[in-house]
Amino acid sequence: MFRPPLSDPSARARSVLPQGTRPRAVRALCAAGAALAVAAAGTACSASGGGADDDVYTWWDPYPQHADGSDWERRVQECGTEAGVTIERTAYDTTALTNQALLAAQEGTPPDVILLDNPAVSTLADAGMLTTMGEFGLDTSDIDENLLAAGVVDGEAYGVPIGANTLALYYNADILDEAGVDPESITDWASLTGALEQVADEGHGGITFAGIGTEEGSFQFLPWFWGAGADLRDLDSPEAVEALELWQGWLDDGYAPNSVIDNSQNTVWEEFLTGEFAFAENGTWQVDSAEAADFPVGVIPLPGRDGGAAPTPTGGEFITAPVQSDPERYEVTTRIAECMTTPEGLVETATTFAYYIPPTQAGQEALLEEDPDLEPWVDAVRNARGRTGDGLGTGYPPISEALWGAVQGTLSGTADAEQALRDAQSEVQSEADGG
Amino acid sequence: MAPPTPRTRAGARRGAPGPRRWAAAAFAAPLIAYLAAFYAYPLYRNIDLSLHDYTPRAFIQGDPEFVGTAVLREVLTSDAFLPAVANTAVFTLVSIAVQYGLGLALAVFFRGSFPLSPVLRALFLTPWLLPMIVSASTWAWMLNSENGIVNAVLGAVGLGPVDWLTSPGWALVSVIVANIWLGIPFNLVILYSGLQNIPGELYEAAQLDGAGAWQRFVHITLPQLRPVSAVTLLLGLVYTLKVVDVIWIMTRGGPGDSSTTLAIWSYRAAFGTGRPDLSEAAAVGDLLILMALAAGLVYVYLRRREARP
Repeated sequence: MFRPPLSDPSARARSVLPQGTRPRAVRALCAAGAALAVAAAGTACSASGGGADDDVYTWWDPYPQHADGSDWERRVQECGTEAGVTIERTAYDTTALTNQALLAAQEGTPPDVILLDNPAVSTLADAGMLTTMGEFGLDTSDIDENLLAAGVVDGEAYGVPIGANTLALYYNADILDEAGVDPESITDWASLTGALEQVADEGHGGITFAGIGTEEGSFQFLPWFWGAGADLRDLDSPEAVEALELWQGWLDDGYAPNSVIDNSQNTVWEEFLTGEFAFAENGTWQVDSAEAADFPVGVIPLPGRDGGAAPTPTGGEFITAPVQSDPERYEVTTRIAECMTTPEGLVETATTFAYYIPPTQAGQEALLEEDPDLEPWVDAVRNARGRTGDGLGTGYPPISEALWGAVQGTLSGTADAEQALRDAQSEVQSEADGG
Repeated sequence: MAPPTPRTRAGARRGAPGPRRWAAAAFAAPLIAYLAAFYAYPLYRNIDLSLHDYTPRAFIQGDPEFVGTAVLREVLTSDAFLPAVANTAVFTLVSIAVQYGLGLALAVFFRGSFPLSPVLRALFLTPWLLPMIVSASTWAWMLNSENGIVNAVLGAVGLGPVDWLTSPGWALVSVIVANIWLGIPFNLVILYSGLQNIPGELYEAAQLDGAGAWQRFVHITLPQLRPVSAVTLLLGLVYTLKVVDVIWIMTRGGPGDSSTTLAIWSYRAAFGTGRPDLSEAAAVGDLLILMALAAGLVYVYLRRREARP
């Protein structure tokens, strides 16, 4: 997921309208558009699935930013050639990919390989459309356990991460120098808020983050939530309230801009690149862009409440294999998957994506050999936590939805943190009881 | 209004021999097949989705549990329902009222020919020509709290800043403003062409009788324009009820649920999260269809009443 496809804000919008916006005239034809769109989803979107041709294997991934002829496309094709087949690659954006996968499975034409955003793996596995890695014949023993966890349902792995990313705190070294803040001194919430106060006194923006009402909002809030010691199964714990009050306090004191309520991670990064903000919460994928910024940029771990690095959520895609009517196809698919997950393959994926941290020890070492500067990120990924872990699995999406709702409500001033989180918890509860 | 001749001919055809009827059926078949495939089936499927509990698993296995109106009841009794209905009503009614008012004013304005009038009129069509993603994103930029031009202008005259998109009180207003801007061209074009069909003699006669500009507008333009206005408003209502894109791009229905309309709710349930809930989305869709249908029936009723002498 969280690798923004383009640097313009329309990218954000693009990523939410799966089939692109239809022209007005066309939309005018369907009198009850939204409703019709839902219905059409069940009927009119039969996808180009696999199963037909023995030499053509279908591959879906969530990287529309890597077009035909890109390094990534070439890399996928090479793995196909190595396995002696042609790969037909289709890219969707993250949310659309889950929907398309469900539709294709329903039509009985799933692709041979899907690269899935990790929280979606348990949803599709639970739907019964993915093979376990055991059946499929891919060895998962080398994969870091914390990274593999997102793809494990009832003790069975339904996919293998092709790489992982996570969040950290980028800072603008010029601003910190001017305000006399030593980034090394920021080790807990209090020292961070103190630093924000100092930079605000110098007339600079403090921190920007993504509080948007989507999965990205939860993704960005989790390091603070977990950093306070809160648990996703208990959204209205005092620790959770404290984390949300931290964000709210920054907004109230003007340390964070009001736009964070609506910010995607992409927008956060754009705000940071203007040079007006001292800190930005963002991910591994901005390493290259940070290097190219007009000012010196540094990275520190996101601090936990009482010091030390906060657990951050793992991001990144899993390679999964949907169930095929013809099991003979698995053999070639396994070879394709293996090609993607060798240590060299993982490093290549890592650099193609600027930057993905390999999920295996060997891969991580190989990457560090090539680029020792990535050490903080490798550490961060090793310590990161899966969102669907703690046995949450398919229970995570509704919890996350309630959580980002509470964040939105609190930051926009509809409710105080305690009330908002209590509502969120009861929403999760009633959904769990009802469903 | 319908001339009597076709009706008698139609009557004659009804008694025509078999082969001609087969031919007629054959000519109608493609249309009927088209209607069935692209209108009837999606409608049926939507209702089907809303009456079953389609979890992702059930969706793939094709074995959803039939739950009757349980999903619909859940939607109707949800805490989010009344706010969503209120948002939908405000969004729709304010949008079409202002769009219609401004569209009519502009149409009347452009009726008088003056230098550059065609050019200016063409300029007003810009919102129609731009892809929605472009115009909605542009609005979102302009209304951005920190860097938006709107707050910059307000700041220059000592006002604001206003959190247009991120405060619960303003988010709905902002998307309504953007939607009005988008809808003006549609109203302008239809009403303008309606104005062209009003005979000029009526105005001349009224002028001779000493009617002023306002009287001519109230007593000639408005009544003559009534059928066109009815169509414009009905289409406006149906289009606006189902607007997803503008709102989704600008606020995603947020912050919280403060700009969530029924259409946004439906879209979000189906496509907006990583957890497609097609049944809920379809149930909300059912409600939207009913609303559009009700508006259509009101329109038909009004037309009938008008046709009666």
